[in-house]
Amino acid sequence: MHFLANPARFLKIARPLTPWLGWSGALLVAVGVGVGLFVAPPDYLQGESVRIIYIHVPAAWLGMAGWTGIALASLMQLVWRHPLAGVAARAIAVPGGVFAALCLATGSLWGRPTWGTYWEWDGRLTSMLILLFLYVAYGALANADRERGGEGRATAIFGLIGAINIPVIRYSVDWWRTLHQGKSIGVAGSSIDSAMLWPLLISALGFSLLFGAIVLMRMRADLARTKIEARLRRMAA
Amino acid sequence: MNHWLFIIAAYALVTIGVGSLTLLSYRAMRKAERDAQGFNQL
Repeated sequence: MHFLANPARFLKIARPLTPWLGWSGALLVAVGVGVGLFVAPPDYLQGESVRIIYIHVPAAWLGMAGWTGIALASLMQLVWRHPLAGVAARAIAVPGGVFAALCLATGSLWGRPTWGTYWEWDGRLTSMLILLFLYVAYGALANADRERGGEGRATAIFGLIGAINIPVIRYSVDWWRTLHQGKSIGVAGSSIDSAMLWPLLISALGFSLLFGAIVLMRMRADLARTKIEARLRRMAA
Repeated sequence: MNHWLFIIAAYALVTIGVGSLTLLSYRAMRKAERDAQGFNQL
């Protein structure tokens, strides 16, 4: 990671990597979602509504992975003062928040035909909603700090503290057995039939690559804006 | 209950959400890099 501490070196890698991640991600999403929608069988209990999992699960995964990325970048910023860590954390916040919101919205649309309700104050749903609020608060804090010209320490500390919610989301289905089903995919294997599992994994990989491309684009924009601001400050001095 | 109405709504939301996010991020990146490039040439 320290290899990428130099913005010029980072940009040399990020520029060719961005379109590769974007296009391969879009292709995998199209394949995963296409198979999930038109080839994979309906579930014996959920019926056709199971097809929502091909977008809901990747959105949930990226909502959580996004905050994990923010926490790691915040740690690097606070401990090693990695110059790109703060940029990376800020770049993750908006896509992470969008995917957390999409997870809640698609989950709600899946819940109505499956559970008979759009919303339930269940452990998993509530902790995911808290994650969305954390993203909103993080974005507001990061913007305020940037406008003040701060170093982003308060934002980084908030990024680390907010990570407490990630294991709460992960284990909520074990701690509070309410409406949301338990985990179907774990390190030991999966209880999902392979006809549904493969399109789900392809879709999750595709959305992850697309997420990476979006983060790189936002980091590149942030670095370019910082460059302009530094130049303007030098000219004003 | 017709499940496909919910499926279509969910997929439409994701397409609009991820599509807009990608497009806006791309346009912001292009604009910022073009501005920075213009500044370099001053």
